[in-house]
Amino acid sequence: MIISTICFYLFSLVAVASGVMVISARNPVHSVLFLILAFFNAAGLFVLLGAEFLAMILVVVYVGAVAVLFLFVVMMLDINFVELRHGALQYLPIGALVGCVLLAELVLVAGFWVAGPTLSAAATAPTPALAQLSNTQAIGALIYTRYFYAFQAAGVVLLIAMIGAIVLTLRSREGVRRQRSSQQINRLRSDTVEVVRVKIGEGV
Amino acid sequence: MPLTPFPSLFPALPELFLICAAMALLMVGAFRGEGSARLVSWLAVLALVVTIGLVVVVGPARQVGLNGLFITDGFAFFMKVLVLIGSALSIVMSMGYNEREGIARFEFPVLILLATLGMLMMISAHDLISLYIGLELQSLALYVCAAFKRDSVASTEAGLKYFVLGALSSGMLLYGCSLIYGFSGTTSFDQLAQSFAAGQASTGIIVGIVFVSVGLAFKCSAVPFHMWTPDVYQGAPTPVTAFFSIAPKVAAVALFIRFLVEPFGGLAGEWRQIIQFIAIASMLLGAFAAINQRNIKRLMAYSSIGHVGYALIGLAAGTEDGITGVLIYMAIYIFMNVGTFAVILSMRRNGKMVEGIDELAGLGKTQPAMALALGIFMFSMAGIPPLAGFFSKLYVFMAAINAGLVPLAIIGVVSSVVGAFYYLRIVKLMYFDEPTGVFDRPIGREIQAVLIVAATVVMLFFIVPAPLVSGAGAAAASLFPG
Repeated sequence: MIISTICFYLFSLVAVASGVMVISARNPVHSVLFLILAFFNAAGLFVLLGAEFLAMILVVVYVGAVAVLFLFVVMMLDINFVELRHGALQYLPIGALVGCVLLAELVLVAGFWVAGPTLSAAATAPTPALAQLSNTQAIGALIYTRYFYAFQAAGVVLLIAMIGAIVLTLRSREGVRRQRSSQQINRLRSDTVEVVRVKIGEGV
Repeated sequence: MPLTPFPSLFPALPELFLICAAMALLMVGAFRGEGSARLVSWLAVLALVVTIGLVVVVGPARQVGLNGLFITDGFAFFMKVLVLIGSALSIVMSMGYNEREGIARFEFPVLILLATLGMLMMISAHDLISLYIGLELQSLALYVCAAFKRDSVASTEAGLKYFVLGALSSGMLLYGCSLIYGFSGTTSFDQLAQSFAAGQASTGIIVGIVFVSVGLAFKCSAVPFHMWTPDVYQGAPTPVTAFFSIAPKVAAVALFIRFLVEPFGGLAGEWRQIIQFIAIASMLLGAFAAINQRNIKRLMAYSSIGHVGYALIGLAAGTEDGITGVLIYMAIYIFMNVGTFAVILSMRRNGKMVEGIDELAGLGKTQPAMALALGIFMFSMAGIPPLAGFFSKLYVFMAAINAGLVPLAIIGVVSSVVGAFYYLRIVKLMYFDEPTGVFDRPIGREIQAVLIVAATVVMLFFIVPAPLVSGAGAAAASLFPG
């Protein structure tokens, strides 16, 4: 018990600290690295909650794909982040104000949380019992049966994303030399080699 | 592990057909290569027509399918037919323009088909999850459409702006969904409706409804979430603007109605004031901000903001009459807008598109038929009897008065008088000003056909209003069982 409590405080402390470092680090590459650290700690918190599937997905998707993409963007695009961040401090008061209002709202809202009659019985019961299935299996069973409509539709969303990326970026370039193997193989000796009889003393 | 029975796919037949058709057309386009745009466009129109047929086959009876995530009823029936008609007309209008501007690629009709699929899924959403996925499917295709003319800075900017703001609004919507789920323990509309039938809800639910409403108000460009509309409408290629102002708007209003009336009908007292505010603000902004516009696409953007305001009056009333009013309003709005954009699409001078409203000067002398059609649409949008636009306003205002919302109806009438100024100014420009030049001809057979159909519907609606009115009435009744 005590160990899990210690782990919780450790993970959450590091997560919050690295969250702060993400916005305060001078070097944008360091920011992204701190972001990755924050993701890892959030994954640790999920494991503590017993949601190991979410933890793994967080690591695979956010660390493996999203954060690496950020890193690429930061390193490949020539953006002057120092200049971009110049003057960010003057928006701090209003940002802090909005944050405080949101926090107050959340506290107010969460303070009134009741798992009363509105919470249906189906929602409170884990489906099925944890002892029989790991939650990875349980999620899989739900996604591929009850929610297969949403799952398939999400696939269509990805298809649209792919079509969109191709429509907006694919251009046929002029003057690209492509390898055409059939042409290479079908070339005849007479097409390319010309035997010239050179007279002695005259050159070609 | 026990096998779950495979759910019946019958209610989702139109959607299944549409996705298969979209993928097949993608293949046709990819294998036929360049120059297949016109073929794919006509096939896409055919697919949409077949989908209308399938919607009719599925019928207006209430069926909940796909494990409770999907619903078809009279309301979905009516709205789906509207959306499909709007999309089909948009594709027909787009062909000539795309060819002239050198952006005729087969992906365009395919993207419109996929966006339409998203709209059908939104209209049939019966769960917060299917609501979100349908919305996102639609939006993603629309972002790409807005940036479709990728060599134009304005179009790219429009796409980017729409994407960033759209992502923000999706975030709001999701946050609202998570609050609703957190405080009720369910995402299903049926269970939500049961929980809140008595009209009791915690603060969290109310905050959740507000956040989801913000997301939906953004999608139908209602004030105060309208900022993207003028810029995107102006920057996007004109057929895309026409499409934006027709089908997605109908779908978003349909989703708004379904979301508020079906699961949260018991809480009407809580959300009614939000909708009233949105309706009043949209009507006033649509009326006043459009006065100064010189670009006709921007003008149409503000006009469409105003029209959403009028339509939402019916939702604010929250009664069966009110919803009937909204449905009639959206149906007539489609035809007025299609017609107006058909005229805008034929505003070409020396092979280049012109967008200033002053270019319409003297159209009554140079092209009397087109001027007459545009005049009809403008009079109708201003709400002058006996054109269709008058009746659509009449139904929503009547519903508001019957529901005791007299101030709302008065503000509506006042702002439609103000709005009449800029609609009638176009008529004045066309008939009383000297021509500055002539537009290129011919305008294209497709555009002509669309113009004639739209003008006939708008002009002759008052002779046979019964099919639309009774259809809308039956559709609205299906939302209020018992």
